[in-house]
Amino acid sequence: MGLKSNLHNLKEKYKGTKMAPAFNAIHTFLYLPNETTHNGTHIKAADDLKRTMNIVIMALVPCLIFGMFNAGYQHYLASGEIEAANGFFSSSFWAWDNLVVGLWKVLPLVLVSYGVGLLIEFIFAVIKGHEVEEGYLVTGMLVPLIVPIDIPLWMLAVAVAFGVVIGKEVFGGTGMNILNPALTIRAFLFFAYPTWMSGDKVWVEGAKELAGTPDAISGETILGTLAQNHEVTHSVADMFLGFIPGSVGETSTLLIVLAALFLVFSKIGSWRIMLSSALGALAMGLIFNGLVNAEVIAGGSKFYGLMSTPFWQHLLIGGFAFGTVFMATDPVTASQTNKGKWIYGFLIGFLSILIRVFNPAYPEGVMLAILLMNVFAPTIDHYVVQGNVKRRMKRLKTKVA
Amino acid sequence: MGLLSKKDAALITDPLADNNPITIQVLGICSALAITAELEAAIVMSVSVLFVLAIGNVVISLMRNIIPSKIRIIVQLIVVAALVIIVDQVLKAFAYELSKTLSVFVGLIITNCIIMGRFEAFALANKPWRSFLDGIGNALGYGVILIIVAFFRELLGAGTLLGIPVLGDPIEKTGLYALGYENNGFMIMPPMALIVVGIIIWVQRSRNKALIED
Repeated sequence: MGLKSNLHNLKEKYKGTKMAPAFNAIHTFLYLPNETTHNGTHIKAADDLKRTMNIVIMALVPCLIFGMFNAGYQHYLASGEIEAANGFFSSSFWAWDNLVVGLWKVLPLVLVSYGVGLLIEFIFAVIKGHEVEEGYLVTGMLVPLIVPIDIPLWMLAVAVAFGVVIGKEVFGGTGMNILNPALTIRAFLFFAYPTWMSGDKVWVEGAKELAGTPDAISGETILGTLAQNHEVTHSVADMFLGFIPGSVGETSTLLIVLAALFLVFSKIGSWRIMLSSALGALAMGLIFNGLVNAEVIAGGSKFYGLMSTPFWQHLLIGGFAFGTVFMATDPVTASQTNKGKWIYGFLIGFLSILIRVFNPAYPEGVMLAILLMNVFAPTIDHYVVQGNVKRRMKRLKTKVA
Repeated sequence: MGLLSKKDAALITDPLADNNPITIQVLGICSALAITAELEAAIVMSVSVLFVLAIGNVVISLMRNIIPSKIRIIVQLIVVAALVIIVDQVLKAFAYELSKTLSVFVGLIITNCIIMGRFEAFALANKPWRSFLDGIGNALGYGVILIIVAFFRELLGAGTLLGIPVLGDPIEKTGLYALGYENNGFMIMPPMALIVVGIIIWVQRSRNKALIED
């Protein structure tokens, strides 16, 4: 009780002053506040913002832990110190040494992401005099999972500051943003520091420092390999389980699917968006496979590698699954209407694969596809709503006549 | 300013802040986007616009009573076009490298909304001296924003100012680069110019609430 009552006293003491939102935020975050509603309607709903955010974070934790193990696993595997894992519970993956590397590299990313992001949220809350909102809790968790393991911390800090201020606060804070903040942060990193965000030297811990030395290790992502028309050395099982190089937390499709089920059953994530994204990706994948089969694209084409990938494998490689489940479904930036969600999701999947194949400079299209569709989400909603209005007007007219 | 009356001085100072052509009237955005990746180009552009706008305003103001209003836009265009060609030729003769960097954007001064805007809104209705001051003021207001944007874009994007490395050498890893600092490639790209202009607008309006529109 000590801390709680202290915080409560602080809150009472500073009520109405500039710093009040900061104390309120810590208090509400840690405890249930003492206040109850006094008048007006009393609506009891279980799913407030805090619960919504917490559920998503819970869904992300397995990905984070897997990412930590994978960081070490990829490092030792590339330097040839351990055997390749066979099966999900392989002991060469779930090893203490792997976790140590992961903790050493991933925890700082998490800390910087939360530290910088929450600091900015607090500053804006104090300046604008509103409460600190929970919106950043999920963003702060997503960010470390979608960056390469070796990204310098100061770059991450700059990008988080940019993403939170330009992506969110200028629009009015949580719930008002047009673009998904986590993806804004990633896009900033991607365009500002491309050498740290793409290529074949950034995905495995230590690869960049060892480049050019006799110990040099290669750590290309599957997308990178395919974009250069090279043979993929990873098995499909590895792709599904996640024993592949990539951004920290997005490699394991298995865990992402489990998280997706969790989000769908707790009614936090929209199954319509997830399903339609997958359908969109499959549709585009089938079109490309069809083109290859019809021999429109020959083996010499620079698009051949990605185009000839079996259409369903597109769901497993790259950040597609992660982006679809955790970022396309962001309730703030996605379409709000049910019909709109189908269109929005389908186009995300469709465009992701399109960008993936046709733009070798941006091997992973899902980030750009989601950001693009974020911009169009309100337009989609507008036409869905107008279409509904029109249909009902028609019905009314026939009834009256 | 002893030289100018208070009313005349306002013609120069207003566009610098509370009536800035870029941040308040939101005109001339294209060039703010295109030529602010380097400070030098931005300065030359500002000077060019200063010349065109100041002289053009005077010319239009002198002719204001004899221009038939039906063809005034064409007359204005001819005046700007003539002045822009002078600027273009001068640049080509004395700063060829720079004129190549600026490429079409010198020619596009003709379409800069600020210039037509001032002709229409001010020079057609005011005497030459006041039109001259108005031209100077607006061109300065335009130039200030251009130079601020270019300062940040060149410093953060390339680590140089006016082409001189100020943060150390990115290849030899000296200065800041020795600490692991890297240039921000995003700053060089056009979207960042809009974002920097947006931030200036944001700062300006939050300092002076009267500027916020509904």
